[in-house]
Amino acid sequence: MSAFSAIGEEREIDRNEYTPEIEPQPTWCPGCGDFGVLKALKGALPEVGRTPEETLLVTGIGCSGKLNSYLDSYGFHTIHGRSLPVARAAKLANPGVEVVAAGGDGDGYGIGGNHFMHTARENHDMTYIVFNNEIFGLTKGQTSPTSPKGHKSKTQPHGSAKTPIRPLSLSLTSGASFVARTAAVNPNQAQRILKEAMEHDGFAHIDFLTQCPTWNKDAKQYVPYTDINESDDYDFDPTNRADAQELMRETEDKLYEGEVLTGVYYREDDRPSYQQEKQEIGEMPDEPLAERYFDGDYEWERSYDNFIDKHK
Amino acid sequence: MSADELIWRIAGGSGDGIASTSQNFAKALMRSGLHVFTHRHYPSRIRGGHTYVEVRASADPVKSRGDGYNFLLALGDSFARNPQDEAYYGNEEAKPLAENLDELREGGVIVYDSGLLDPSEVPNFEERVEENDWHVYDIDLRSLAREQGREVMRNTAGVGVTCAITGIPLEAIEELMRDAMPEKILEPNLEIMQTGYDLVREEYDVDAPDVSVPSGEHDEEQVLMSGSDAIAYGAIDEGCRFIAGYPMTPWTEVFTIMSQNLPELGGISEQVEDEIAAAALAIGASHMGVKAMSGSSGGGFALMGEPLGLAEMTETPLVLIEAMRAGPSTGMPTKPEQADLEHVLYTSQGDSQRVVLAPGTVAEAYEASRRAFQLAYEYQIPTMIVYDQKLSGELTNVPASHFDREPNGDIGMTLTEDELADQPHTADGKFHRFQHEGENGVSPRSVPGQKAGRYLATGNEHNPAGHISEDPDNRVAQMDRRQRKLDAIRADLDDDGLLVEHGPEEADYGILTFGSQQGTVEEAVDRLNENGTSVKALTVAELAPYPVDAVRSFLDSVDEALVVEMNASAQFRGLTQKELGTHGEMLSSLLKYNGNPFEPAEIVEGFTTKLVDGGELPGNETKFVPAAGD
Repeated sequence: MSAFSAIGEEREIDRNEYTPEIEPQPTWCPGCGDFGVLKALKGALPEVGRTPEETLLVTGIGCSGKLNSYLDSYGFHTIHGRSLPVARAAKLANPGVEVVAAGGDGDGYGIGGNHFMHTARENHDMTYIVFNNEIFGLTKGQTSPTSPKGHKSKTQPHGSAKTPIRPLSLSLTSGASFVARTAAVNPNQAQRILKEAMEHDGFAHIDFLTQCPTWNKDAKQYVPYTDINESDDYDFDPTNRADAQELMRETEDKLYEGEVLTGVYYREDDRPSYQQEKQEIGEMPDEPLAERYFDGDYEWERSYDNFIDKHK
Repeated sequence: MSADELIWRIAGGSGDGIASTSQNFAKALMRSGLHVFTHRHYPSRIRGGHTYVEVRASADPVKSRGDGYNFLLALGDSFARNPQDEAYYGNEEAKPLAENLDELREGGVIVYDSGLLDPSEVPNFEERVEENDWHVYDIDLRSLAREQGREVMRNTAGVGVTCAITGIPLEAIEELMRDAMPEKILEPNLEIMQTGYDLVREEYDVDAPDVSVPSGEHDEEQVLMSGSDAIAYGAIDEGCRFIAGYPMTPWTEVFTIMSQNLPELGGISEQVEDEIAAAALAIGASHMGVKAMSGSSGGGFALMGEPLGLAEMTETPLVLIEAMRAGPSTGMPTKPEQADLEHVLYTSQGDSQRVVLAPGTVAEAYEASRRAFQLAYEYQIPTMIVYDQKLSGELTNVPASHFDREPNGDIGMTLTEDELADQPHTADGKFHRFQHEGENGVSPRSVPGQKAGRYLATGNEHNPAGHISEDPDNRVAQMDRRQRKLDAIRADLDDDGLLVEHGPEEADYGILTFGSQQGTVEEAVDRLNENGTSVKALTVAELAPYPVDAVRSFLDSVDEALVVEMNASAQFRGLTQKELGTHGEMLSSLLKYNGNPFEPAEIVEGFTTKLVDGGELPGNETKFVPAAGD
């Protein structure tokens, strides 16, 4: 029997199981988009068939980092920008666990930008949600990597001279095999995309637009959204990389004006995940590594038996 | 040359196979029954640039590089003949000969490759040879190698010549080459070695008594190991099956050994984008219940300060290796120093709960590695091993039986599902990961995927259930609990005998040191006692928690003590004075920070000058620092 009986358990899962019983109320502001992410996640996890005890939610720092305080699964609230390397190793150590990483736009595209690029290129099998509200919220309203050019804040009083990051294009170029954008004000779409992302076998990046009613009142989170997967105006095939790239470029060029396009932009179904690639070349065990430490009968190899001869 | 010991130095250009040749040579000497010890000197360049390795061999145990050396094999630097390099580094062609003469002992042997080296480019060569009574063999190793194989095999020719001069049987080397080389290059290498051997036997009178090696015998089978090998094997034996890292000299050695061996053992190695990620990955794997490690050297370790603190706060077991090299910044990448001590002890914010071990020898490096994992997983605390470029790369013989131990896959206070279901660990139907109870400060943990164990690990202060909390009472209770671990660990370590005392039980003077200087200090202590000075040494192998009582009683037992360390700011002495809060007035420092480790004679001289004669040392390579209160 597995040491982890919660993994792969098949039963009806009630979304309320993810709600902590005796928890502090969320510290997010009224009207915050983060509530939308929490709600969508609570909806998607049962749909994917994942119980709270086989789910690990790894977060960074910031308002978004508190997500796992309000979702009663296993959780690891790490440090600013570092959710991905922690999550990657967790997945490698025990691939049976559903690993979801989450953080904000400063966390994920700023301080954690390097990890984002490398996690995407390696195509680790996990879901990564970036709460994009185009502002640093918890430190009280500074310009973030996704803030529009000219954005004024306490730390950039003359308006930002920087062109904002293009999360979708960056993700695709880096090698993510699933790239999507959704928004907290679109709960049904958000839940659908999260479910697809978790079912995807590879690195699934979701740029999740979350309105910040306190520090970023003017942001475009309040404009109408169009779902590219459902709108008749877009006859869009998310498995076509060139089309995805083109549409990303277009929408990211005019992100701060008019219509915002959401939906699954890109999905590469036949690419093996990093874990599979690693297994293929013989650098990843077939059985979850973590199992071994709970197996009383496992015979641990010794350096003496394996390597000492070459030193004699 | 005395028959007590052979110190053979092979010098040449970086990239010319100096390291592999010397390793085979050392192993052959070890197999013949001798005790060996190697010292590696190399520049931070891939090809070209002066490099040498010393192999010291003696019938008695050897603990350091020794003083000077008595046999030079000077090969040409095949990469020195590049006009661009020459413009940048100056003419390096004569360096393998010119750079190595100062430390060659009187009566020593010089073999140089006359195909590549011109002694007329070495200032006063003939005069110095005469003055020092050196025996010179000029042999065109380059042509010899070129005629029978490839030019690069001239180091093998040099080994053949060495064997002829010293009387080492060629069979010993041949056997090793057969193990190490593919058939295609083995034959020409063997031929070249034989030719070099025959040439010397035919053309020189090599039965002279001053060119021989000692003979010895081991009681039991020996293995040739470096500090990095020992750390890697200790980790493997302790059940570590996950490593993440980023290459940086000299940490790369442990990382490489682990990466090459882990897949075979069903483990995982990850080379990642930076050191922050590397430490964070190790935390991620450990969080899942896997024994994991990471590490780096100075600059890379600086990036790990942040995840290190996360491991402390979330009480995730973690083993980090810090292989020191000369700093600040990138400093001297291939030169040893012990100046990252304070960096390792104090990096990361907040009141810190961590363990720092500092092995002093190759054999101890294996113990320290195993102990680091035991402490990390038993106490859910980051444990670091700090050592340096010297210990990482030096090879020495250790009894093979030292490594013949039972493996250990135990992950300490991690509950099984059955234990989780059987609740003292739960309150209000919820697993309390960070409960305040526990005399030794440890709260049992669960891992993701287990039934009934879910909790939040967070780098923020948290309550017993894992929720973020700024409640003052909880804060104090959690901090006190984490601090309690250190008392328990200190008690554990006291039983471990991690302090090594050397010399007579009763002595007038003491020498205090840590890490890779242990062997050198011990040799110096033996010589001082032979010369009639009463002195003993203490090597401290646990730096945090610091063994206050043991060091205090050592210092109480002597009148004065010298603290020997390889840095410019007396960091180890500073730590000792801080922890003891007393005894500062009886300590003086002997410091070296020119990129080379101490030789025993330097310690003897420094000790005598300062403590016995009360004087000052000349020169700027080693210096004294007055003790506080002096």
